Amino acid sequence: MAKNDLQGALDLLILKTLSQLGSMHGYGVAMHIRQVSGDLLIVEDGSLYPALHRMEQNSWVRVTWAVTEYGRKAKYYALTAAGKKQLAEREKNWQDVAKGVQAILRFA
Amino acid sequence: MALFRRLAGLFSRSRVEREIELELREHMQMRIDDSVAQGMSRKEAERTARLEFGNPAAMRERVSAEDAALGLDGILRDVRYALRGFAKSPGFVFVAIATLALGIGANTAVFELLDAVRLRSLPIARPDELAELRIVGGNHGIGINEDNYSTFTTPMWQEIRRHHDPFSSVFAWHTEEPMVGKLSETRHVHGLEVSGEFFSVLGIRPWQGRLLGIQDEGSCELSKIVVSYPFWKSEMGGAPITPESTLMVNGKTVQVLGVTPPSFFGMIVGQQFAVAYPTCTPSNPRREYFKYSVMGRLKPGWNIAQATGYLASLSPGLFASVAPTDYDAATIQLFKSFKLEAAPAGAGISPLREHYDSSLNLLLAITGLVLLIACANLANLMLARASVRQREVAVRIALGATRGRLVRQMLIESGLLALIGAGSGIVLAQPLSRLLVHSLGTSQSPIQLNVAMDWRVLLFAAAVAAITCMVFGTFPALRSAGVDPITAIRSGERGVYGSRERFSVQRTMVVVQIAISMVLLVGALLFVRSYRNLMTLDPGMRVKGITIAYFDWDSLHIKPEDQEDFKRQLVAEVKSLPGVENAAVTSNTPLTGPTWSHEVHVDGNEGSIRFTYVSPSYLATMNIPLLTGRNFTDQDTNHAPLAVIVNQMFIRRFLKGQPLGKMVRVMPEPQYPERVMQVIGTIPDTKYNDLRIAMEPMAFVPVAQTPVTADGPWAAVMIAATNGPTVINEVRQRFAAKYPQMILQFDNYEQDVQDTLVGDRMMAMLSGFFGVLAAILVIVGLYGVLSYLLAQRRNEIGIRIALGARRGQVIGLVMRDTAKMLALGVAAGVVFALLAGHAASAMLFGLKAWDPLTLGFAVLLLAAVAIGASWFPASRASRLDPAKALRTE
Repeated sequence: MAKNDLQGALDLLILKTLSQLGSMHGYGVAMHIRQVSGDLLIVEDGSLYPALHRMEQNSWVRVTWAVTEYGRKAKYYALTAAGKKQLAEREKNWQDVAKGVQAILRFA
Repeated sequence: MALFRRLAGLFSRSRVEREIELELREHMQMRIDDSVAQGMSRKEAERTARLEFGNPAAMRERVSAEDAALGLDGILRDVRYALRGFAKSPGFVFVAIATLALGIGANTAVFELLDAVRLRSLPIARPDELAELRIVGGNHGIGINEDNYSTFTTPMWQEIRRHHDPFSSVFAWHTEEPMVGKLSETRHVHGLEVSGEFFSVLGIRPWQGRLLGIQDEGSCELSKIVVSYPFWKSEMGGAPITPESTLMVNGKTVQVLGVTPPSFFGMIVGQQFAVAYPTCTPSNPRREYFKYSVMGRLKPGWNIAQATGYLASLSPGLFASVAPTDYDAATIQLFKSFKLEAAPAGAGISPLREHYDSSLNLLLAITGLVLLIACANLANLMLARASVRQREVAVRIALGATRGRLVRQMLIESGLLALIGAGSGIVLAQPLSRLLVHSLGTSQSPIQLNVAMDWRVLLFAAAVAAITCMVFGTFPALRSAGVDPITAIRSGERGVYGSRERFSVQRTMVVVQIAISMVLLVGALLFVRSYRNLMTLDPGMRVKGITIAYFDWDSLHIKPEDQEDFKRQLVAEVKSLPGVENAAVTSNTPLTGPTWSHEVHVDGNEGSIRFTYVSPSYLATMNIPLLTGRNFTDQDTNHAPLAVIVNQMFIRRFLKGQPLGKMVRVMPEPQYPERVMQVIGTIPDTKYNDLRIAMEPMAFVPVAQTPVTADGPWAAVMIAATNGPTVINEVRQRFAAKYPQMILQFDNYEQDVQDTLVGDRMMAMLSGFFGVLAAILVIVGLYGVLSYLLAQRRNEIGIRIALGARRGQVIGLVMRDTAKMLALGVAAGVVFALLAGHAASAMLFGLKAWDPLTLGFAVLLLAAVAIGASWFPASRASRLDPAKALRTE
């Protein structure tokens, strides 16, 4: 059975975004999720940074400090091998959860 | 990796906090930038951002709170908690750390010595390429060995120097003891005679001036030397080396070329050389005189096995060309069949390594066992501590702490103790290992050994500390975390009697301690008794009140045929001095000196016999009684029939029937032609050159009958005199006035003999010390455990007393407990002691490892220790006031 972890959805979003963008700072990640989801998903700053910090401590992401295109100094995050493994796991996990929820909703 | 980063993060907390803050601030700025770009005024944008973002401080807290959720912060908190706990029980912490520091310190000290003697490489460039050349199986007793490292004669070295294909270069060296200083105040120093390639092959660069090179070889007249750094500092005041720098060596003024760097102590581990000078090749070098050690640096692409193969193929031709001629055919044939081999030499050469290797290993085992006892004590202490804290643990479990969390916290506690203990142990190890080195040195030859910290020592100490921590920490931690909260809270801090299991664990610890200390005590007693056996052994002759005087009159240029007359006068002169009881010349000083053998044929038997050339007064000087026949007289010279006095072993081994009058044929060798001697007297057996070795067949010959070819301008004179120092002064004054050129040196014979036993002395002292330490630890452990157990049983004992148990019965109750532990411990200990003793039997003298007396004494000692340690708690328990004990329930 899939591990039912809706909270893990945030981690999944962040990991997926990082895998798509390669390397990005926290603000960019939040913006990307918001734009791609058509303003449906808005990641709160208060959840984003603790999540990023946790990923850093778990070595899922590698961090570097760099200057943005607008001249701001920012902390850039990129996936490590462990992070990619996590992403794969969570993607699978999410699909299982979604399938399960769908099945429940369709049950008449 | 992740864990490591997290831990690192703990120690740079403020940096992490700063980084989080900076990141969040930049985030807010980017948001404002975006809003401004979309047309909002800057002020409005800032307000919106702050509104949406919320309190920045709270945000930062939320991010760093992630660490706590990951359980990182907890480690730091545990450490702080443990330290707070330590501060509350300083007594426990002191005992724990002191025990650990002693245990780890002793282990590290012994290991440091092992490291310095055995593991470390010579302080030279690429030591692993250095190889020593050897003759397989040594020189089989042919010829003369100048020192312990002499493997080749001068002609052999010359041949090897010509054919050294596997080596980029080879060099020869040997040790000498030149006299340094003005004649009136000369002293021996450690000297190295080295071939020209020595310093360049080893890759030693001069600290000052220049070192010796090929161009310095040649003249046999000593004219140039190089000095070691310590010698330069102490004897030459560290003055800069100039062409005018000179030194008096062997009575001649020589030029000092340069100084070697401080790290280079020479080739022998444990012996700092003082001066080095070039080898010289006499025109007709002796072919049976083994002098040099030869080493080389392997060429790239060659290894030891290939080099040995090459040398083996070289051997037949080489040894045929350098064989001596003055031996019988069989000996010469044996000589020609010698084979060369190569062996790694990167760690240098060390008599310490040869003599004390097994001693050091054994010491390491002993200190390891002491540490084990200390660990058992600590474990018991921790257990007792844990049971006092049972209520606290129970509350924490009830509040939801996991078992792992509790174990971690306790392991952190013991880890901290081990860490602090190891730190103090490492500090303590320095003076301890210096003390060890000192105890191995003697007044005559102190050991100069660089016992310093290196990565091996640190690694060793760290490993010991980790193992220690595991041994004494894990079990109590697991145990106390496994407590059932309901029972623990209900029963209060005193716990309940009835959970028998815990007590049996502590009892087991005590049994283990008794068993281990039994092994240590037996070992200590064996070594002490072995040393005592050696010290009280009767060597069959006088050792006390003998002074040895060495005379060297090379500079007087006395004709060979007059040497014996000169020696006779010398002895007569010494005898005439006030305070001298007697004096005699000898070619060998027994028990300390070198060995000297001749091949003899007698009564149809043949064999190698120890020969000593002595003057007629020798037997009287050394208090050796003549059993039958006559002593030598001054008439026994080379013009009279040759005479020999033999000992009992000689008679038993070689002679049939009446020994007096038997003819002994001494086989020829260079400088000693074949001769026939008549037995004129017999003496009892005396020890030859080593107290440990059984009596050997010996022959004494008049020194005046030394073959003229073998005689020389030197003599060792044994002087019997109770007041050695005054006699030394008398002799010095008399001869300095008469022969200012004569070189004189003195030794206290008794001291010399005792110096040969330093290894035994060290083992006796140290094993004795550790044995006593083990006994003390057992007392502490037993006392602690009994006190604790009795405190647990207060109620029970109170009830017993209330019901009419008498004092004696209560004491008996405790003593029976002790007796059980003692019996178990001793039984196990005897088995281990026998096994350990078997391993050490080669180091014992005059007793066996399964010596019943020693075992019995150790058992008695331990019994006394155990009874002593339990008496106090037992008698205290017997005086318990039952009313009080029951009321506190």
